[in-house]
Amino acid sequence: MLYREAGDFKTSYKDDAQTFPIKFDRYRYYAVLLVGLAVVPFVINDYWVNAIFLPFLIYSIAAIGLNILVGYCGQVSLGTGGFMAVGAYGCYKLMTAFPEVNILFHVIAAGGITAIVGVLFGLPSLRIKGFYLAVATLAAQFFLVWLFNRVPWFYNYSASGQISAPERTLLGVNITGPNTEAWASYLFCLVLVFFCAWVARNLTRGSVGRRWMAIRDMDIAAEIIGVNPLTAKLSAFAVSSFFVGISGALFFSVYLGAVEVGEAFGIQKSFLVLFMIIIGGLGSIFGSFAGAAFMVLMPVLLKNTLVGTLGWPTDLAAHIEFMIVGGLIVTFLIAEPHGLAQLWRLTKEKLRLWPFPY
Amino acid sequence: MKFKLAALALGAVMAAAPALAELVVPSLSYRTGPYAANGIPFADGYHDYFKLLNARDGGIGGEMVRVIECETGYNTEKGVECYESTKGEGSLVYAPLSTGITYQLIPKASADGIPVHSMGYGRTSAKNGEVFEWVFNYPANYWDGASIAVKHLIDENGGSLEGKKIALVYHNSAYGKEPIRTLEELSAKHGFELALLPVDHPGQEQKSQWLQIRRDRPDYVLMWGWGVMNQVAIQEASNIRFPMENFIGIWWSGSENDVMPVGAGAEGYKALNMHLPGDDFPLYDELKTHVYDAGNATGAGDQTGSVLYNRGLYNALIISEGIRKAQEIHGVTDITPAQLRDGFEQLTISEERMTELGLPNFGPAIEASCENHGGQGLGIVQQWNAADQSWVQITDYIESDKEVINALVQEDSLAYAQESGIELRCQ
Repeated sequence: MLYREAGDFKTSYKDDAQTFPIKFDRYRYYAVLLVGLAVVPFVINDYWVNAIFLPFLIYSIAAIGLNILVGYCGQVSLGTGGFMAVGAYGCYKLMTAFPEVNILFHVIAAGGITAIVGVLFGLPSLRIKGFYLAVATLAAQFFLVWLFNRVPWFYNYSASGQISAPERTLLGVNITGPNTEAWASYLFCLVLVFFCAWVARNLTRGSVGRRWMAIRDMDIAAEIIGVNPLTAKLSAFAVSSFFVGISGALFFSVYLGAVEVGEAFGIQKSFLVLFMIIIGGLGSIFGSFAGAAFMVLMPVLLKNTLVGTLGWPTDLAAHIEFMIVGGLIVTFLIAEPHGLAQLWRLTKEKLRLWPFPY
Repeated sequence: MKFKLAALALGAVMAAAPALAELVVPSLSYRTGPYAANGIPFADGYHDYFKLLNARDGGIGGEMVRVIECETGYNTEKGVECYESTKGEGSLVYAPLSTGITYQLIPKASADGIPVHSMGYGRTSAKNGEVFEWVFNYPANYWDGASIAVKHLIDENGGSLEGKKIALVYHNSAYGKEPIRTLEELSAKHGFELALLPVDHPGQEQKSQWLQIRRDRPDYVLMWGWGVMNQVAIQEASNIRFPMENFIGIWWSGSENDVMPVGAGAEGYKALNMHLPGDDFPLYDELKTHVYDAGNATGAGDQTGSVLYNRGLYNALIISEGIRKAQEIHGVTDITPAQLRDGFEQLTISEERMTELGLPNFGPAIEASCENHGGQGLGIVQQWNAADQSWVQITDYIESDKEVINALVQEDSLAYAQESGIELRCQ
């Protein structure tokens, strides 16, 4: 009915190759952007930002980053938590060393630092594959957390080993620190999410992304047709770590404000982000968002329903929550092993053929 | 019809009115996860005390207390969610029972103007009220704890620890790292050697640390543990036959849940405490009449009289006394968080007052001031009797070494003030 190509004529190659070739999809995308940028900031309050939007947006960046590495390039990584920690501690060191520079540059530079570290830990991927690579990246996870716990320079010799984000601004508006307005931190993260998703989408559509996918599908065949595994794998590690680093920097500076490495960036964070992309859909930007939304918003929704509306005891609700989320994950993976993104893709196919889908 | 509508409207107003005038006290508890064994008794005690006040006295100063419980799982992200979701309900004070969450709440709550009462945990230098306007950590803090433990050891060794070796087994987090600075200062002052043995979250894996203790043979072991880490450490100490009377835990490592699983092996294990253990107090009779027998006990109701249940009671007692003080100062019963802050700052709980409240000799007298948000820093040492399954108080209240601690508090809090651009108060 609404969702179809009929009457939507393309007269140039550019039109034909655009991200959203279907008119309805395109307008939906513009509408979401408009609501996100121009409506939400005016109606948002502290609870919505700190409990819902910030975690969703920040985990989305991390999921996009990991999806590039695992979903597009086929290199399994369990080091996400460690790389997020690099972003967070990089951002902290930059924020305290150069207080006059605005926070946007610190966050991007933290992403850059993480990209370098990611490439270093990506070097083993040239020799080992699959589960063995997962174990190598697991070593990165433990080593990085140990490093940030062990070397006091990283936390500026504070007595507790915690790092706390000082107040930093962008164009005179507070972005980090306790006096930040809800809309400011929201918009800051939203703009970065938009930037990351846009870059990721266009990278994966272009020659770089095709090289990654060739490596993922069969690395020997890729090498024979002229893909250099060294540059392809290391560029995937670099880009992926760049995004993960940005998300770590935001996680620390904008969202939590104070972190300690073992608790915030432990192995469970690596698993959480990996689950996000598996549930959302490997090799899909939309899947990264869907997975992040599922893993972040579902527990909050369940908590608010069970405790807030039904008035259950908090411990019972917390246990039931684990069971429901776990059950849903299993159900989704049985019903659709390719994740939420594949469900969405199928729905779109059906909609295009509606009212006579086959 | 008009009359009916008016009556309905009036009824609605009357029904809504008491809901507005309420004292909202959130309880950020954790009844799940690796720290639940310690989180449950505390949350039960905390809630039961307010239930008692509501049932017996009709609240505090005629205002009912509403406790909102929110599960954090000792996790900082959930802690943030809990803070934001309860903040809007008019919460008066936060007591998150987690050093990590406290660190996060200090700047947030200060900006929002809500007091934080981190009783014996959190940021130690918050004792300095000149810098930390909204944070209170009386009756004692970690550095007091470190000093009290060392003083107890000095007493046991006839006045000197020269040449002794003390190992610190600590949770490798902000919580466990807190006492290190103080212990380093104390080791320089008293001439003992300090060895540091970190244990990573959640603390189920401690074989290597205890192997090291077996090899290095320290004279004493101090522990900053929490949750499942406590039980494992005491079990490991018992496995390597470390003399239990030379093993001292902080007040967060000295509850029944920590020693019971080890059975007879835990006999003689020592821990600090900031109040007395046991249920031999008149308050328990009142709790029985008004709360337990009415079928209102929080949770399973099986934690009464345990160390951490008592601490939950004590925490709620201090908060309710703060509320009373605030009502007295400002002459209103429905107080705001800012008014409660004033109450906390001028709080005095004398020993007579403790007796009046049904807890004679339960805790030390507290006297806060604008400069001192940390109380007097007193603590006892208690020892586990495995046969009776009870904690026995073995010392009087010991006062911490203020000379060392005040200098450290001053240094750390002023560094924070400079970092965050805070102007000193109380001048």
